Amino acid sequence: MTGNTGVDRLSIEKYLREDRLPHIWCAGCGIGSAMSCFLRAVDRTGLDPDRMAVVSGIGCTGRVAGYVKLDSFHTTHGRAIPFATGLKLGNPELNVVVFSGDGDLVAIGGNHLIHAARRNIDMTVICVNNFNYGMTGGQVGPTAPFEARTTTTPYGNFESPFNLPYLVAASGAAYIARWTTLHIRQLEKAISEAMSKPGFSFIEVISPCPVTYGRLNKEPTGLDSMHYYQEKSVLRNGADPRDTGIELNGPIVVGKFVDRELPTLRERLHQVEKKAKERTKAKK
Amino acid sequence: MSDSQALVGEFFISGDVACAEAAISAGCRFFAGYPITPATEIAERMSARLPQAGGVYIQMEDEIASIAAVLGASWTGVKAMTATSGPGFSLMMENIGLGAMLETPCVVVNIQRAGPSTGLPTLVGQGDMMQARWGSHGSYEIIALSPGSPQEIFDLTIEAFNLSEKYRVPVLVMSDEVVGHMSEKVTIPYVALESLVYRRRPEVPPEEYLPYLPGEDLVPPMAVAGEGYHFHVTGLTHDERGYPVMNAGAQDKLVRRLVDKIRLNKNGIIRYEETQVEDASIIVCAYGISARIAQFAVKMARDEGIPAGLLRLITVWPFAEERIRELSAQAEAFIVPEINYGQIVFEVERCAGGRARTVLVPHMGGSVHSPETILRAIREVAQ
Repeated sequence: MTGNTGVDRLSIEKYLREDRLPHIWCAGCGIGSAMSCFLRAVDRTGLDPDRMAVVSGIGCTGRVAGYVKLDSFHTTHGRAIPFATGLKLGNPELNVVVFSGDGDLVAIGGNHLIHAARRNIDMTVICVNNFNYGMTGGQVGPTAPFEARTTTTPYGNFESPFNLPYLVAASGAAYIARWTTLHIRQLEKAISEAMSKPGFSFIEVISPCPVTYGRLNKEPTGLDSMHYYQEKSVLRNGADPRDTGIELNGPIVVGKFVDRELPTLRERLHQVEKKAKERTKAKK
Repeated sequence: MSDSQALVGEFFISGDVACAEAAISAGCRFFAGYPITPATEIAERMSARLPQAGGVYIQMEDEIASIAAVLGASWTGVKAMTATSGPGFSLMMENIGLGAMLETPCVVVNIQRAGPSTGLPTLVGQGDMMQARWGSHGSYEIIALSPGSPQEIFDLTIEAFNLSEKYRVPVLVMSDEVVGHMSEKVTIPYVALESLVYRRRPEVPPEEYLPYLPGEDLVPPMAVAGEGYHFHVTGLTHDERGYPVMNAGAQDKLVRRLVDKIRLNKNGIIRYEETQVEDASIIVCAYGISARIAQFAVKMARDEGIPAGLLRLITVWPFAEERIRELSAQAEAFIVPEINYGQIVFEVERCAGGRARTVLVPHMGGSVHSPETILRAIREVAQ
């Protein structure tokens, strides 16, 4: 059975807390699509759902943790990644996924994002980027394009946004992809690849926010955003992350940008443990 | 059986090192921290010891990340801790509140230095005592212990882990720079694993498990990640299922329990030590390093014929209010020396309820009181 979004309900409903529905997201919001892609990716990977943990911070996307029927943690604003770091280090068998928004992960939590990438800790970060703080009513965020209108940039955004793939690539991530919520098949595949990939994986999901961001930026409905993504997305697998910045009304470069083998934090920690034990033995 | 990695014997070590060794003895296998004077030596010791013990040490990007990682690690069933000092303690406050809200066992050590702000990084203070109690927003209860020597920071760090596991609450070891940096003989006992406390685990299958259904002691059994319970926990106000519920009724039920699980169990938590209190009309009430100084002042006062005694608070939070209330019936005055400009003195004053005078002997920090300073306050009251 397929719904009108093409989502295979049967494969994902076992991972949904259906007793928590309806969800809080607005009509036309892309977070639900991103979550569906994640849940189908969970199914696709064949990984044991008992060994998965989902961690969210605060904000609209932060509510994802509350809807998934996995061990899930709704933490404090910006701190999903360090919380997830503790989970992963405490139990290396866990497949840890951080699911949160651009404000949570990149503004208040930006430092943790780059440090997690630097460590190449084995986790997957799914960042839903809707260019604004939706839950508080649409204030400017760290990814809002220059000159974008928000409730706190009534004269247009006067700051430059982060180019997230570039930021995370420079910090040391092993896997980086960007898709929009129009690209649900590609997104699902990317998430499943990321979850199976050792090291730090980052997936940026460009997502509509019609009620707060969209209405001020010529995308007043989710459908408008879909049309925009359809017209302006440029598929460039392997693109240099320096060239993936997003401008207002400009093209959106999508694809898998980085997929590389780097030593993971776990591998490095194994070496530390080995050295520590050798040194202890030598002393005895 | 004891932990195979724990030391046993007599050692000449600093309070910071004793604290780290206590954590190892208590079964702590995760430490996340950030360098800060005068707590850094705890992190350094843990970075050497945890890999030997099969645990994980990680230096995070800041103290916010450190406490967040500690909470995450605790949710895998690992005993976890961090150590810091004033500025880092301030940064940890929001997630200490998350720890209280999610009911996450963990230990936070604060080797206090003098503040506010950067203050005197290398010198002693006791200015974070109220922050320990009230530093995170909202209504909650916390447990805080105050050691006065390297030996005692060893003993109380183990107790901190036990209390945190028992009550599922962050436990704060509120030490100070003098205790942290002082080296003394520390006897590290054989700590039997069976003597340690471990959080109660669910006894029902996953489909029947409610993450916040408390036991009789108001503490819920705790599932951990990766065991198939598929639980959800949130910093939002939540019901027994762990699901967010945004109304006054759910708030009332949850906050009452979070607070009452400590308040109603306080007799099992609160510890203090009394010296020559039986016939004392002047009682010095002190904690941590200040209590160690105060014992000399009390002895000198006794030598002068002044009936002084010492009430040493080992547990600072929850506060030993009943004992102070009792003693206020016999005492003329409480003398409260502390290395701040008045914090715990107000608690003592509240409990004395006007039945006994309460006199603060403040010290702004940077050094400890001299016994004579405290003695002078005792003499003034005695006149």
